[in-house]
Amino acid sequence: MPVAKRPMTNPTARDLFPGALEMMILESLRRQPAHGYALVQHIQMRSRNLLQVEEGSLYPALQRLLKAKLVKAEWGVSATNRKVRTYQITAAGLRHLEREISSFERMFEGIALVLNPGDAATN
Amino acid sequence: MGLIPSFFRRRKIYDELSEEMRLHLEERADQLMAEGMSRGQAEQEARRAFGNRTVIEERSREVWQWPTLESIWADLRLAVRQLRRSPGFTIAAVLTLALAIGANAVVFGVLNALILRPLNVPNAESLYTVERGVFKDQSTSYPDYLDLRDRNRTFDGLTAYILTEVGLDTGKNPSQNWGYEVTGNYFDAMQIQPYLGRFFHVADEHGPNSAPYLVLTYAYWHSHFQDDRSVVGRVVQVNKHPFTILGVAPPEFNGTLLFFYPDFFVPMVDQELTEGPSVLNDRSQRDIFMVLGHVKPGVTPAQAIGDLNSVGAYLEKTYPKDDANMTYSLARPGLAGDMLGPGVKGFLTGMMLLSGLILLAACANLGGLFAARAADRSREVALRLALGSSRKRILRGVFTEALLISIVGGAVGLLGSVALLRQLSVWQPIPEYPMHVAVNPDGHVYLAALLLALASGFLFGAVPVRQVLRTNPYEVVKAGSTGILAGNGGRRITVRDVLLVVQIALCAVLVTSSLVAVRGLERSMHSKFGFDPHNAMLVDTTLSMAGYTGDRVQAMQRRMIDALQTIPGVKSVGFVSQIPLGGGGSTEDVFTDQTTDLKTKNAAANTVVFEISPDYFHAASTSLLAGRSFSWADDKNSPPVAVVNEVFARRIFGSVPNALGKFYKTEDGTRVQVVGVAEDGKYYQLTEDLRPAMFLPFLQKPTGMTTLVVRSERDPQQLASEIRSTLRGLDDSLPLNIQTWTQGLDIALFPSHIATVSLGVLGCMGAMLALTGIFGMAAYSVSKRLRELGIRIALGAQRGEVLQAALGRPLKLLALGSVAGLLLGILASRVLAYIVYEASPRDPLVLGGVVLAMLLLGLVATWIPAQRALSVNPLLLLRED
Repeated sequence: MPVAKRPMTNPTARDLFPGALEMMILESLRRQPAHGYALVQHIQMRSRNLLQVEEGSLYPALQRLLKAKLVKAEWGVSATNRKVRTYQITAAGLRHLEREISSFERMFEGIALVLNPGDAATN
Repeated sequence: MGLIPSFFRRRKIYDELSEEMRLHLEERADQLMAEGMSRGQAEQEARRAFGNRTVIEERSREVWQWPTLESIWADLRLAVRQLRRSPGFTIAAVLTLALAIGANAVVFGVLNALILRPLNVPNAESLYTVERGVFKDQSTSYPDYLDLRDRNRTFDGLTAYILTEVGLDTGKNPSQNWGYEVTGNYFDAMQIQPYLGRFFHVADEHGPNSAPYLVLTYAYWHSHFQDDRSVVGRVVQVNKHPFTILGVAPPEFNGTLLFFYPDFFVPMVDQELTEGPSVLNDRSQRDIFMVLGHVKPGVTPAQAIGDLNSVGAYLEKTYPKDDANMTYSLARPGLAGDMLGPGVKGFLTGMMLLSGLILLAACANLGGLFAARAADRSREVALRLALGSSRKRILRGVFTEALLISIVGGAVGLLGSVALLRQLSVWQPIPEYPMHVAVNPDGHVYLAALLLALASGFLFGAVPVRQVLRTNPYEVVKAGSTGILAGNGGRRITVRDVLLVVQIALCAVLVTSSLVAVRGLERSMHSKFGFDPHNAMLVDTTLSMAGYTGDRVQAMQRRMIDALQTIPGVKSVGFVSQIPLGGGGSTEDVFTDQTTDLKTKNAAANTVVFEISPDYFHAASTSLLAGRSFSWADDKNSPPVAVVNEVFARRIFGSVPNALGKFYKTEDGTRVQVVGVAEDGKYYQLTEDLRPAMFLPFLQKPTGMTTLVVRSERDPQQLASEIRSTLRGLDDSLPLNIQTWTQGLDIALFPSHIATVSLGVLGCMGAMLALTGIFGMAAYSVSKRLRELGIRIALGAQRGEVLQAALGRPLKLLALGSVAGLLLGILASRVLAYIVYEASPRDPLVLGGVVLAMLLLGLVATWIPAQRALSVNPLLLLRED
């Protein structure tokens, strides 16, 4: 299962866990339909460049989303008069996104709890 | 989801994807240019930021594929393309493998049909034949059989049969046919039902000659009666006696001998009608060919043997005169128990091993070729690795190529072997007997061929694995094509070298074994038989078949001899009851003159018996060592006389001169005087030890079996037709069988012939494989080292030195492999000695022959590469890269 690749100049960076990229794409598309290039810009901007996503790695993820019918795509023309293929989230995609987000948040909370024993109130 | 529409849909998806990525790169580049980069820089940066486009595109496409299947399909297509580009290699590889797998399939087919497949009767696993004594004798007498049948408690019906040849007249075209004489319970014991009509049973028999019934085999009914269902109830003539056809046996039933195909079954109680004299009441006449039956369910073979032994003990006690050594054992009936079974099994196992060796040699050959090919393509592999392919993927491609070759080769080989097996099935090796080797291939053979193909594909495909895994892309691309050899250095032992040595060794073994076989056969042809089969004709006729009985037999025999002697060009005519090495014969116990208690265990010797006419020794060119042969005066009114052979004389009387004039006793107490001593000979098999034999005058010991020996130097064809017309002039209903004596020896020499042919073929295949192996390596090494050779020549190397540099290694490997193979071949002498008579691998001629053969091979194989090496023009070479 391919993961977003780090460029060779940054060997200590971490690989995203599987599904992370798809989740972020779906969330971005939820806010606003976009084409591939715009999506990359969007993700990098919103993560304040904390996440370095190799631009091309988006496309396999997009294809998987297309195949699972979580997004749909359409050829059109962008605001800057370029031919673009715009992706849009579907209802199924929305549902999938909510499940993934809640599962991710649970995992995140668990890790945070383990890493911060000082806050371990008996709960 | 249909495959075709999804194919087109996928094309569209791939195209859209490509377009999308192109647009992405454009947009990125435009943005960078807007930020101030030059076009070139912007595009480069855009591509860099994008990542490895090829890999990404592939990964994106994979989403829509069944990745494994598709990549296997892609590998296949690539393999086919690459193989098509080097047709020479491909054809050579496929043919080599086809030969090897074909050979294995044929041998396995025979093994499967004769040994692995159970007999085609119900409950074949519980069917056994009963063998007696140390020599595993299957023959028994009818009274003994009856006792075995009635007194045993472990068999579900014990039955017996005799092979018999009769004159059958069905209304048109009287002919001699072979069939089974069976006991009344045969069909019930075999648990089969008739196809048409009915069988005879015990209830139909009321004493001797009371059941003149005939059951036809399906094949005979089909070929001679054309499936005419009205044959049931028809009356036919068997040896001029009327027999009624009761029914037809089921289609797959041919009795219980795997290779013998009788035409009919008759009850054994009619023996007097079918064979002439009946010996059913004589306990000492072991006329029955085989006794067999199913053991009761739940009974183990050991229990059955114990039970039979107790019956045997009873027989020994009650009939001490006739029965001795009555211990029993069980065997499988299909290959006549231990008569043929072990021999056939040993031979086929040996052949299977040898053909396995051929396959290994072929794999070694192909492995070497593959390794060379992989080395040639190391640049391609390096490039692919650099482009992002995984080693696993490349290895998969290598294996795909290997398996493709092996499966195609296997299919071709299988086709050839199926054709050969079918031909073998219809071949009748010995014309006088209805024998076939039914080896039609079945599912097991196909499966075996497939498994062999897969195994060999994996085997030789694995050879370049290590090399592929070790390829370092950077170094390979940097160094260019010369870098490949730099690693080898010319001194280290590579996999290819090992493979070549293995291949040569295997081939040397095969060549050794075939030379051994040829020598063995040659020796057996020239060993002393006790007669001279050249320039002699045999006329086989069984007078009882034409209705002759009693005194008329001898009168007719005399008339035949006299008539044949009048034919011009005939030097002498004799006859004998059973031709030596003819496949038949009878033995008798003999006793010294002093013995009074004529029981089997007091016998001085068990002797082969021949009844002959006075002139037989002349006709057969058997030399007399002492004394005289018979004359027409030695008839039933004169004292019984005999001519014995040297072994007999020595064993009973101490020496040849001592034997003349002395007496000995036969089983019935007659005192016989020895009047002559003849040379020893072979009587049953070529491989037997010398054994005692006695020749009795036919006038004193009448016999209905008659084989006339006619010695003449005339052309056999003409002589045969004259003989036939002469004898027909005496009696035109005589069934006759005329052939030269060397033809008649076919049965005895048959196993040796088969063995020699098979081993010879395998030896040739081995030699061919060795040839291609050495040639391949020599050509390859020369072509790779052309630059080096050019430099050597430019520096002043002589022809010899150049040749040594170019071919030294292959020839050294050839020598090493030959020695190894020769030693292995000698070690394998036990296997070979079992197959081929008088095979002695330590024969200096064989050793010399093998060395010579391998030398020749080496010479021929390296001839062309040597020429190429010598004709190198250093100037041209060094100018090119």
